[in-house]
Amino acid sequence: MGNRITVTINGTAREAEVEPRLLLVHFIREVLGMTGTHIGCDTTNCGACTVLLDGRAVKSCTVFAVQADGRTVLTVEGLARDGELHPIQEAFREQHGLQCGFCTPGMMMTAYALLQRLPNPTEEQIRWGISGNLCRCTGYVNIVAAIKDAAEKLRASPARAGGKG
Amino acid sequence: MIPASFEYFSPRTVPDAVNLLVRYGQEAKLLAGGHSLVPLMKLRLAAPRYVVDLNRIAGLSYIREGDGALCIGALTRHGEIETSDLIRARYPLLADAARVISDPLVRNMGTIGGSLAHADPAGDWGAAMLAGGAEVVATGPGGPRTISIDRFFEGTFVTALRPDEILTEVRLPQAVKGQGGAYLKLERKVGDFAIAAVGVGLVLDGGTCARVGIGLCNVGPTSLRAEKAARSLIGRKPDDAAVARAAETAAAECDPADDLRGPADYKRDVVRVLTARALRLAVQRARGGA
Repeated sequence: MGNRITVTINGTAREAEVEPRLLLVHFIREVLGMTGTHIGCDTTNCGACTVLLDGRAVKSCTVFAVQADGRTVLTVEGLARDGELHPIQEAFREQHGLQCGFCTPGMMMTAYALLQRLPNPTEEQIRWGISGNLCRCTGYVNIVAAIKDAAEKLRASPARAGGKG
Repeated sequence: MIPASFEYFSPRTVPDAVNLLVRYGQEAKLLAGGHSLVPLMKLRLAAPRYVVDLNRIAGLSYIREGDGALCIGALTRHGEIETSDLIRARYPLLADAARVISDPLVRNMGTIGGSLAHADPAGDWGAAMLAGGAEVVATGPGGPRTISIDRFFEGTFVTALRPDEILTEVRLPQAVKGQGGAYLKLERKVGDFAIAAVGVGLVLDGGTCARVGIGLCNVGPTSLRAEKAARSLIGRKPDDAAVARAAETAAAECDPADDLRGPADYKRDVVRVLTARALRLAVQRARGGA
């Protein structure tokens, strides 16, 4: 039994017929074939599957795709524009804000939402802000440094703040 | 993990949602933030045949004061309460509780109404609402009715809501002069459920306690009200001796179980310590301190 949904993902409207039980993360990865969004714990703990749903960072393993009908989704694929990395991506690369990279897409999407709300966050605000995203490699030090650096880059060139859509 | 199949409805009004509950009864589940329901469905601990998504009903998300009450729409997200200027300025009990519920991503989805209706004894809002003297508005086929929070939690995951009722609003007494509150939680790691947590809401009048509510989280089969502890303070000055006595009473009133978060005796002592600290902080705030 299918429900027809339209989701604007990274600026492009995508239509599909889905079962109501299909999770948003499976819709993104398996129906749309966009595998930048990762599945980690699958139990609402780790934040690897974080995407922006109507601008809010959410765990896409805990949302049904039908709930996103008529709404906008931004994934890690929507960060870079015209072949140029988003300042958050640049900062994660330059500050070595990752080791294995598994948590990185979710971490960057959370950082994206955080920096929209708090353009000049303190270290404490960053640490609280990413407390729903687990990293088992870095010990978080370089992730925090990357988000700080990204905040500076974005304040220097606010025109680069937006992702696609 | 894949949930069992279900039929999905997204009504646009509360009466439409109530009609679906009337039609499908216990086979239907309401979906608010979904951050308790969806994990349960993925684990197949819940397999409702019908899911009624409340998220497309307009007008269920608000925080406003009026007629002597603070009214919070059932669909208001934890994060919206956490960042509300009104809550931060006037309702420290709620501000404290909102920021320690799970993690920021969950708080972007989870709702106050969903959390209360789920009635998990580990839910932070239950203890906070018991401390604050809340009532909930339940809307069914006959319209809305109010239920005191003291009669709301009937058992673990069981509430006074009827199968055809939707929790639509939460109300608390409007902040008055001399009001203070606090919510303190001990957790193994950030984002976890509480080992134990304690909420306090009180009103001081001329230096003595005119109203006291103490709510306890995750130390019993439901969210608990530490009624004797609260009563021991009424009409008294909340000095060190009175606070210590109330904290010991609260520890005696709770009913924790041994589990992965610690043995019962330890949790009981956590309740004693957190109750004393929360009372002192609430008193300090009631007197105008930070």
